[in-house]
Amino acid sequence: MRLEDLNWQYRSRLQRLAIWFAWLLTVALFVWCWNLMTRDTIWLFVWDAPTQAADLGSRMMPPRWSYLPELMQPLWDTLNIATLGTLGGVILAVPVAFMAARNTTPSRLLLRPIALGIIVTSRSINSLIWALLLVAIIGPGLLAGIIAIALRSIGFIGKLLYEAIEEIDEKQVEAVRATGASGFQVMHYGIVPQILPAFFGITVFRWDINIRESTILGLVGAGGIGLKLQSSLNVLAWPQVTMILLLILLTVVASEWISAKVRSAII
Amino acid sequence: MTSRYPTHWRKPPQILTHPVWRPIIWILAAVYLVLAIGSLEVNWVRVSEGLERGWRFVQGFLVPDFSSRWTDISIGLVESLTMTLTSTIVGILISVPIGIGAARNLSPAWMYMICRSIIAISRSLQEIIVAIFFVALFGFGPFAGFLTLSFATIGFLSKLLAEDIEDIDESQVEAIRATGAGFWQIINYAIQPQVMPRLVGLSLYRLDINFRESSVIGIVGAGGIGATLNTAIDRYEYDSAGAILIIIIMIVFAVEYSSSYIRRWLQ
Amino acid sequence: MLTIDSVGKTYGTGDKALTDISLTIEKGQVVGLIGPSGAGKSTLIRCINRLVEPSTGHIYLNDLDLVALDQNRLRQQRRRIGMIFQEFALVERLTVMENVLSGRLGYLPFWRTYLRRFPASDIENAYRLLDRVGLLDQADKRADALSGGQRQRVGIARALAQHPDLLLVDEPTASLDPKTSRQIMRLIVEICSDYHLPAIINIHDVPLALQFMQRIIGLRQGRVVFDGAPSELTESVLTTIYGAEDWTNMQKQHEDDLDSEADATARLGALRS
Repeated sequence: MRLEDLNWQYRSRLQRLAIWFAWLLTVALFVWCWNLMTRDTIWLFVWDAPTQAADLGSRMMPPRWSYLPELMQPLWDTLNIATLGTLGGVILAVPVAFMAARNTTPSRLLLRPIALGIIVTSRSINSLIWALLLVAIIGPGLLAGIIAIALRSIGFIGKLLYEAIEEIDEKQVEAVRATGASGFQVMHYGIVPQILPAFFGITVFRWDINIRESTILGLVGAGGIGLKLQSSLNVLAWPQVTMILLLILLTVVASEWISAKVRSAII
Repeated sequence: MTSRYPTHWRKPPQILTHPVWRPIIWILAAVYLVLAIGSLEVNWVRVSEGLERGWRFVQGFLVPDFSSRWTDISIGLVESLTMTLTSTIVGILISVPIGIGAARNLSPAWMYMICRSIIAISRSLQEIIVAIFFVALFGFGPFAGFLTLSFATIGFLSKLLAEDIEDIDESQVEAIRATGAGFWQIINYAIQPQVMPRLVGLSLYRLDINFRESSVIGIVGAGGIGATLNTAIDRYEYDSAGAILIIIIMIVFAVEYSSSYIRRWLQ
Repeated sequence: MLTIDSVGKTYGTGDKALTDISLTIEKGQVVGLIGPSGAGKSTLIRCINRLVEPSTGHIYLNDLDLVALDQNRLRQQRRRIGMIFQEFALVERLTVMENVLSGRLGYLPFWRTYLRRFPASDIENAYRLLDRVGLLDQADKRADALSGGQRQRVGIARALAQHPDLLLVDEPTASLDPKTSRQIMRLIVEICSDYHLPAIINIHDVPLALQFMQRIIGLRQGRVVFDGAPSELTESVLTTIYGAEDWTNMQKQHEDDLDSEADATARLGALRS
C-alpha cells in the first residue's frame, strides 16, 4: 500500500450517512409524537402555569402543623401496608423464584414458563393499578393495599431471586447431592446458604420501595396516608397537603436510610 | 472408653451476633407483627362478596374484550406511547448536562451542589404526586403526564450517569488532559467513550419504566391508558379492564425484550 | 468391593467420554487414575455415584448394581460412597461443623436436618473426625474463612462422616501448593488404610501418584491403556498415556518445581546458618 492511499477518516461515508439518517429519524419521530400528544392541549393553561404556580405556592404555605397528630394513625397504617405487603410478597415470591430458575425448576416446559409469566405480569402492573383493582373487588381498606403491595412485590423479588439462584456455584450443590441428600435437603444445604445474603438484600430493598408506593395507595382508597392526601386535595386544603407531603418525604428518607444500613450490615 | 468429644452442638448465630440485642430484636419484631396484624380491620363479609367479583375479573382477564371500548383504549394507548417517547428523549437531553454537573470529579463544588439538589428533589417526589401538581398547573391531559415523566427521568438518569462518571478510569482523563485538551474535549474524548454504553442501556431501561408509569398517572388525570383503565374498573367492565392490562403487559414485555436485544447488539 | 463392568458414556452432544471400561477394585485398595485432561477421569468417577449417568454397562458395589437403582435407592447407596472434590466444594457460607454434618444428610429426615437437630452420635463423630484432620478448634468458623488446605481437610471429614464403603476422590490437590498437596495426599492414604477403605483418586500429578498409590490406571480418550503397579509405569507407558510432547513438558515442569523448591530450601538454609 502506498502512503498516498491512506486517508484517515473518522467514519466511513456509509457510516456517516447511517448515523445522520438515524438522528433525522429520531427527530422526526419526536416531532410526530409531540404533535399527536399535544393535539388536545389547551396552551392557554400552559402559558398561564407560572401564575398558577405562584398562586398555588402562596396557598400551600405555611404547612398546617396542627394537622400532624391526625396523620399518625394513617402513617402507622402505611407502614403496615408496606411491611405486611412485603412479607406476603416474599412468601409468594420464593416458590415462584425456585420454579423460574433454570437449575431448580421441577419442569422446564410447564412450570418455568408459568413462573416467568407470573413474574412478568406482576412487574408490568404498577401497585397503584393492583390497588385500583383490589379496591373494586374486595372493597376499600388496608387489606386491599397489603395485597396490592404483595402482588407487585412478587415480580420484583421473584426476578432478582431467580437470577441469584441461577448464578450459584453448582459444585457446592453437587457435593451435597453426592452425600445422598434428598431433593429438599440439597436445596436447604446446597442452595439456600448461597442465596441468603441476596435474599435479605432484595427483601429490604423492596421494603424500601414499598414504603414509597404505599404512601400513595390511599389515592384509590387502599388505606394509609394517601387517603388523607386524597381528602385534603378534594377540599383544596393546600396547607394540609403540604403537611402530608413533608411527612411522606420524611418517611421515604428514613426508610431509605434504614434499608441502606441493613443492607450494608448483611453484605 | 468414654468419649472425649462433645455430643452436643448448636449453630452459632451468623447475623445479629450480639447476645443482648439478638433476643430484643426478635421480641420487638414479634410485638410489631402482633400489633400490625391486630390493627387490620377487615370486613370479611365485604371480602367474601368480593371474591365473586374477583372471579369475574379473572374471567375478564382470560376472555378479554378489546372491541367494545376500542376507541377509548386506542386514544389512551396513543397518549401513553407518545408521552413515553417524548418524555424519555427530553429527559435524556436534560439529564446529560445535569449528570455531568453532578459528577464530583468533573464539576466545581457549587455546580455539584446545585445538580445534586435537582436530583434529590426529583427522586424524592413520587411520580403520582408530581402528576397531581402538574395537572393542577397545566390542566388535564398528556402534556402534564409528559412533564411528570420528564421530571422523573431527570432524577433517575442524572444520578446513575453521575455515578458512572465518578467510577470511570481517571488515567484516561489524565492522559487526554495532558494533551492540553479543554473541558468539552475531555468530555468528548475521555468520558464519553467510557460511559456511552451504560448511558444507552439506562436510557432504554428508563423508556421501559416510563411506559409503565404512563399507565398509572392517568388515574390522577395526566393522560394515557391509566385513565381508560380507571374508567373501565369504575364501571365494573372487567373484560375491558382485562384487555387493557393484557395490552400493558404485552408492551412492557416487548419493550423489555427489544431493549435487551438492542443492548446486546450495541456491545 | 467395586466392579465396573464395560461402562460407556456418550454425552448429549455426541462426545464419547468413556468406552468399555472394566475394572475391579478390592477392599482397602487405593487406586490412582491418571491421564491427560479430557481423558474421562472425572466422568468415570461421577458415573460411579451417578452424578453423571453412564450410558451403558453396570457398576457393582458389593454385588449391588448401582446403574439399575431408582432415585430413592440410589440416594441410599450414595450415602455409602464418600466423595472428595477438586476445589473442595464446601458450602462456603455454612460453618465447618455444618459441612461435616452434611455428610449425614442421607441418613436423616428433612425436618431434623432443617432444624440442625443431629443425633448425639453424629455430632460426637463429627468432632472426632475434625480432630483426626486437625481442625477441632475451627468447628464454628465459616468454611470460606479457611485456607485451601484446611478446606480440603473439611471435605475429607465430610466424606468420612458418611461412614463410606468407598471413597471417590476428584483431583484433591489441583488447587493446592506442592507442600500442602503432599500433606493432603498423605492424609487421604492414611485414612484409607486406617478404615480399610478402597478409594479411586483422580490425579493429574504423576510424581504424586507414583509416591502414594498402590495401583495406577491410565486413561486415554476414554479407554484404559494401563493398569498395574506404580513400578511398572515406564517412560514408554507414560508416553502412550499423555502423548510424547505433553509428557516431556510435564516432566520438565516437575523438574522446574523441584528445582525451585530445592532452591528455596537452600536459600532458607543459608539464611539460618
